[in-house]
Amino acid sequence: MASTTSGDRPQNRFVQWVDYRLPVFTFLNHELRDYPTPRNLSYLWNFGSLAGIVLVMMIASGIFLAMNYTPNDTLAFESVERIMRDVNYGWLIRYVHMNGASMFFIVVYIHIFRGLYYGSYKAPREILWMLGVVILLLMMATAFMGYVLPWGQMSFWGATVITNLFSALPIIGPKIVTWLWGGFSVGNPTLNRFFSLHYLLPFVIVGVVVLHLVALHQHGSNNPLGIDKKGKQDSIPFHPYYTIKDSFGLAVFLLPYAFLVFFYPNFFGEPDNYIPANPLATPAEIVPEWYFLPFYAILRSTPDLLFIPSKLAGVLLMFGSIAVLFVLPWLDTSPVRSGRFRPVFKWFYVSLIIDAFLLGYVGKHKPDATLFGIALPTIGWLGTLWYFGYFLVILPLLGFFEKPLKLPTSISEAVLKKGAGVASGAA
Amino acid sequence: MIRRFVLCAALLFAAPVLVPPAFAQEAEETKLLDAHFSFDSLFGTIDIKSAQRGLQIYKEVCSACHGLYELSYRNLEQLGYTEDQVKAFAADYTVPDIKDDGSAGERPAKGSDKFVRPFPNEKAARAANNGGYPPDLALIVKARKGGANYVYSIMQGYQDPPPDVKISSTAYYNIYFPGHQIAMPPPLQDGSVTFADGTKNDLAQEAHDVATFLEWASNPELAERKQMGINVLIFLVILSGVLYVAKRRIWKDVH
Repeated sequence: MASTTSGDRPQNRFVQWVDYRLPVFTFLNHELRDYPTPRNLSYLWNFGSLAGIVLVMMIASGIFLAMNYTPNDTLAFESVERIMRDVNYGWLIRYVHMNGASMFFIVVYIHIFRGLYYGSYKAPREILWMLGVVILLLMMATAFMGYVLPWGQMSFWGATVITNLFSALPIIGPKIVTWLWGGFSVGNPTLNRFFSLHYLLPFVIVGVVVLHLVALHQHGSNNPLGIDKKGKQDSIPFHPYYTIKDSFGLAVFLLPYAFLVFFYPNFFGEPDNYIPANPLATPAEIVPEWYFLPFYAILRSTPDLLFIPSKLAGVLLMFGSIAVLFVLPWLDTSPVRSGRFRPVFKWFYVSLIIDAFLLGYVGKHKPDATLFGIALPTIGWLGTLWYFGYFLVILPLLGFFEKPLKLPTSISEAVLKKGAGVASGAA
Repeated sequence: MIRRFVLCAALLFAAPVLVPPAFAQEAEETKLLDAHFSFDSLFGTIDIKSAQRGLQIYKEVCSACHGLYELSYRNLEQLGYTEDQVKAFAADYTVPDIKDDGSAGERPAKGSDKFVRPFPNEKAARAANNGGYPPDLALIVKARKGGANYVYSIMQGYQDPPPDVKISSTAYYNIYFPGHQIAMPPPLQDGSVTFADGTKNDLAQEAHDVATFLEWASNPELAERKQMGINVLIFLVILSGVLYVAKRRIWKDVH
């Protein structure tokens, strides 16, 4: 059995020699082995490390795809088909990468909503949270540009719609769009720069992830109780407890992922993207990938606001929906982190999840459709107001009006007394 | 804790099913026919004999207007043909070539050549088809909602238009085509092709076979993919079990 006590000196002479000059072993020991972690983390805390692993898988599969892909508007579509048909296991690499994007967003969205419930954004983890929002933004940009690369109909028209958003900005808008395109429409220069950036941004993400981890290890993980560690009895070393728990979580996560890749590889895709890009024929419906649907709904549902035309208002609110997350740590006025001890917050939190799904639904369907007899744009606008209301009105006010439940005095006490008052609050 | 988590996950995935579909969608689309293909089931693969008959239909009927842009003749070896059979199949077509003296000429196609397209370019295709452009069939199953069932249904969806529907003189009425007006004349009828193996050649069978062939053309890796998927899933289930037991044992003293 490996000893898990901290302060172990490396035994091997060579390791000692290196470590004296470059303390990588001490560092790894400190951050991956002894790193004190709350003993009460639930499986929802698996999704952080899971996201890191998926990022590595995306980069690895992406590098091999790039070896066989041609970023040229007349060759891109064909080169993807060549990967699918002629490159050895090319279909596997592409389907892993393609579905990996969807799985990545599922993992990251769960990770974010976990943070929202347990107040992981509150002091002293504000910067940790903001770095996470930066990662989300970078992921969205990367995913969008990656979706353009196969140069199918949805790639082309998705790129056209999204880049055109910037034309809503007054005065400089149209100039910016031309600059983004590298021409007067989405074309070969656009494809080339998107490929370049799609290859670059994941490594930028890695950089921000490192900062995210540095910030995380400064104060350690939050936990389901949302209270600080009081002493040694509250934490356990990361290894072997969380290495094994994360490994188990990874294996379970890979099951649905593999199921998609091998049996329904195009489940999340749009059939239109298997039609080569044609600037002269608009598809019947231009739908973004599922992970952008709630944002797409905000974009499309926003009406004219005072003197701001609906298009610009939609763009501003769409970006605002992410921007509001940046200031979230200062919007939530409650001193209690975990939603378990916030009886009113809990229900508003559930409403936010429902709202996210509702917005996704609105984004998926044509604006002339209805749900329960109400026009979708109306629902989308109400959903948008609810989203911003949650962050800008409810969270700031709740801190003053809500009476939180009594917090346990320490993590270990709560763990040992499971089944008593704490658990009933959590049920 | 695990139970609650599983419940939440199940609810998440069930949510899209529980919510009713959006009403008042665009013009009601007719529900596609269900051909019950051999590859429909989770582990099902492509019926090679059916796909071979489908290739015959493609060659004798579809290829007059439709290409298989992404396929090479050598790919047919995956459909159970020998190298010599593929060579003979390809040799029926000619492809442009540069001769040894540098002059332009032609040569018989080889296994490494892409399927010869029926028209040299899009304009020629449109000129020959009342302005319509017959789409590439090598990806048609992936590029249409409903996949192989879409192909199967379109083949059998031709009807006389209802009296209140006016259609253009160059279009045909097809209940499964979005908008119902399709430029393609009815490609298959009962007895359009005669199968060497004596299989019944009514329209439904022909539609079934050509859809099976096109499923293969879109997803040539399907059999390999599903087989590997079974192995991977079995491996992951065992791995999850082992890791779960290991996790329980390591955590024994913490709980």
